[in-house]
Amino acid sequence: MSSALLVEQILNGLQFGVMLFLMAAGLTLVFGVMGLINLAHGSLYMIGAFACAAVAAATGSFWLGLVASLAAAAAAGTLVEVLVIRRLYGRDHLDQVLATFALILIFSEATRWLFGSVPLYLNAPPILSGSIALPGGGQYPVYRLAIILVGIAVALGLWLLISKTRLGMRIRAGENDREMIGALGIDINRLYTIVFALGAALAGLAGAMIGALQSVRVGMGEPVLILAFVVIVIGGIGSIEGALVGALIVGVVDTLGRILLPQLFGAVLGPAQGALVGGAVAAMLIYVVMALVLAFKPRGLFTGSA
Amino acid sequence: MSRELLLNTVLALLLLALPFGAFALDEPFYIDLATRMVVLGLAATGLNLALGVGGLVSFGHAAFFGVGGYVAGVMATHAFNAEPIFAAPFTLSATDLMPVIWIAAMGLAALVALPIGAISLRTSGVYFIMITLAFAQMVYYFAISWPAYGGEDGLALSVRNALPGFDTADSLTFFLICYAMLMAGLAAFTILRNSRFGTALEAARQNEIRLAAVGVAPFRVRRAAFVLSAALTGLAGALYAELNKFVSPSMLSWHMSGILIVLVILGGVGRLFGPVAGAMLYVFLEFVLGGLTERWQLFLGLILLGVVLFARGGLVGLLAGKPRHG
Amino acid sequence: MSKLLAAGLLALTASVSTAALAEPVKVGMITTLSGGLAGLGIEVRDGFLLALKQSGNKDVQLVIEDDNGEPARAVQLAEKVIKADKVDVLTGILYSNLAMAVVPGVVAQKKFYLSPNAGPSPLAGAKCSPFYFNVSWQNDAMHEAMGNHANEAGYKKMFILAPNYPAGTDALRGFKRFYKGELAGELYTKLGQTDYAAEIAQIRASGADAVYFFLPGDMSIAFMKQYKQAGVTIPVTGPGFSLDQDVLGAMGDIALGVKNTSQWSEDLDNPANKTFVDGFRAEYKRRPSIYASQGYDTANLLLSAVAKASVKDGAAFRAALEAADFKSVRGSFRFGVNHHPIQDVYVREVVKVDGARTNKLVGKTFTAHQDAYVKDCKM
Repeated sequence: MSSALLVEQILNGLQFGVMLFLMAAGLTLVFGVMGLINLAHGSLYMIGAFACAAVAAATGSFWLGLVASLAAAAAAGTLVEVLVIRRLYGRDHLDQVLATFALILIFSEATRWLFGSVPLYLNAPPILSGSIALPGGGQYPVYRLAIILVGIAVALGLWLLISKTRLGMRIRAGENDREMIGALGIDINRLYTIVFALGAALAGLAGAMIGALQSVRVGMGEPVLILAFVVIVIGGIGSIEGALVGALIVGVVDTLGRILLPQLFGAVLGPAQGALVGGAVAAMLIYVVMALVLAFKPRGLFTGSA
Repeated sequence: MSRELLLNTVLALLLLALPFGAFALDEPFYIDLATRMVVLGLAATGLNLALGVGGLVSFGHAAFFGVGGYVAGVMATHAFNAEPIFAAPFTLSATDLMPVIWIAAMGLAALVALPIGAISLRTSGVYFIMITLAFAQMVYYFAISWPAYGGEDGLALSVRNALPGFDTADSLTFFLICYAMLMAGLAAFTILRNSRFGTALEAARQNEIRLAAVGVAPFRVRRAAFVLSAALTGLAGALYAELNKFVSPSMLSWHMSGILIVLVILGGVGRLFGPVAGAMLYVFLEFVLGGLTERWQLFLGLILLGVVLFARGGLVGLLAGKPRHG
Repeated sequence: MSKLLAAGLLALTASVSTAALAEPVKVGMITTLSGGLAGLGIEVRDGFLLALKQSGNKDVQLVIEDDNGEPARAVQLAEKVIKADKVDVLTGILYSNLAMAVVPGVVAQKKFYLSPNAGPSPLAGAKCSPFYFNVSWQNDAMHEAMGNHANEAGYKKMFILAPNYPAGTDALRGFKRFYKGELAGELYTKLGQTDYAAEIAQIRASGADAVYFFLPGDMSIAFMKQYKQAGVTIPVTGPGFSLDQDVLGAMGDIALGVKNTSQWSEDLDNPANKTFVDGFRAEYKRRPSIYASQGYDTANLLLSAVAKASVKDGAAFRAALEAADFKSVRGSFRFGVNHHPIQDVYVREVVKVDGARTNKLVGKTFTAHQDAYVKDCKM
């Protein structure tokens, strides 16, 4: 493989990582602050994508769709928090797993009821379509660069929010000591609702951005949810920087594994067999990486609060 | 007789009566439905040992369920074609004898659980939930892309394996075999829970430090519980493959792991008959709702949510009150 | 409990069927109507129901069940419709892995099974059965057709990819069975993968003169979108079911001009197809898909057999099915000895008509094509 192609593939890996970070950021935030494991995060991702597709189809504007995705996912998040999630904070993880598993079933079927079973149309806006030339002769799609930029902006924004604002101070206080924050006279219910809605909005944004690149359909959140969990577990649950590092590791390892392993096995077993075996190993690779990380660092790379 | 014992007796008899009622009414399909309840109940009983007694929330028990299923499927296929499973370095012949398959299914599930447990049990809380999920995903993708036994298409059993003296192809006979295995599984669960090992396992859940102080390593107790739990679930997997005459990677999927957890919670975590009650209710709901509406998953979700929020302790907790100990 | 269940079932059966006059034929349709894979099941069901409605035949009683895309549930439902609803004929299953789970058990109980969508190779070869009829295609057919068309189009160096599962490996094997040029690359992606940046970069760097991809459902949407966004100009081709009504709406204009192979097209010029397409659009207010056309043909095959023989007379009913004496929307249609279709396969192109995307015929690549597994079928 030429070095220009290798550079392009590493860039693809980083971009895939940023995509995973968009999804993982909200998940890890909610876990860090409330200690809640939310399997329904993927459903909020789906809601964002459907809202974006529906509004973009009605108005013709992807940008309005993007706004709608944030609003719809935040609204759904608020609703779910007030009706269901609020009752789960004191419970053990088992109840949280089951309740949010039930939410997946409810959200998926409700979405199918509203929108039908056929995937919706959502494409990148014209201004972000096309490719730019990379130094060395490669080409790179503008929309993927945009995703990288949004990912960096979200990481930066979250960092600023948590370290520089009053809300961030409260969030940090809540992470460290839950009783303390109540004693300080902060309305903890409101804080939790805001954080959950923020996490949901991030999921919705990710769904809209990625939906334009992949497909908008019922169940789209499930495969990416599992990847996002792998990311935050590698990074250390509750840690934003851990989520970023974990996402980049998973993105690069998965991408390079998909490309290099079939060639590696192909050299030994011949191209057709090598493609099969290499593909099989590549599919398991990130889980192997996760197991290795946890074997040596049982609480992830950046130990968060768990 | 305590209320829980009474309830357990009623559930056991109800489950036993179900297929005979179906047989009397000449509705053989409902015998299979009852068998499904029994087998899923056994699988969840396995999980209940780790989850209910040991507090180990495994989100990867589908891996052991599927491994058990593949043991039955692979054995049946090789036995049917009269081929050895492998010829080198030594010849391992296949058999279609159920007891051998059961032991092999338990053994292989335990063997797979050993390294998974060794790594996973170093973690706790959410990390444990997620790493067990990750290991199960690994096994899932392996099964999908490994072509020898059908990959994603799965593997059909041409005929059920044999148990000398019984006609396993007969629905009612097969139900009774599974029912006997469930009772054996529940007996094993009771013996284990009431043994010194069970006491140590509960102690490991409740107060790890005190357990370590009396000279018992919590890690080893948990690992033993995890492996035993996997073996029971693996046994159920073998029966499930026989019931469907089919095994496929969907038995290994994370949805299956989720359903096993659902069965335990629906019935009552840590209660002897919790998983059985959960399986009975789940299969009943799935079947009735599925017959009434395409949107059955929506209503299933609402019911599950209602159980978590408002009926803690599950069905057994609701009917028999809080457990006396634990 | 059984009584309660039986009452529920009775109500369901009554709601989809009408009172029978002579000797009713009970049909169990097990298909995917919920979950992420539900779209195709609705198409098959609607095509089937349209044919029943148009025929005016009141003797076919239909029990519809939802398998949720899960093999174990499909097996359970097959047992249910056979033992509890006492159906004579089964149909409806969409996916090969579910078909492989259900069909052997069904034919072992001497019930007829008509496949409206899946054609896994074992059922066409070594595991063929007198009770199993495939009304769609053997899985390899579309891929073989594109392999053949690639030679006609003069492609010499193609890049091929499919997901790493049996239907995917079968697909590429089928393609290579007819394709004579060399391969610029061959890739098996993870099943369910939806980001293809790395694969697309490899395609661009491979120097291929065309691409053949088989990715089902939303995987094909993701691939096509990303392929176009990456600005790769190498022509891309696929099987008809990666470029049909279920995904074209979501793809939008990016799919325009993509060639694909199929046994059916909306604009196939024959009277049966016109009745089907017009009827479908009037009934459901949408364009029919390839899956709906297969559901429609399945129902018409069944109706033709019901008109000739009693389903209780297994041999006569089988002979009536084998005759395939019905007007197929595909034009010519007959069964080989393994009960799989011998049919023409066309090349289509995605176009925009009245603002909607659909396929139009551009040529025929196979005439009376038969699958490669028939020689393994001892029947």
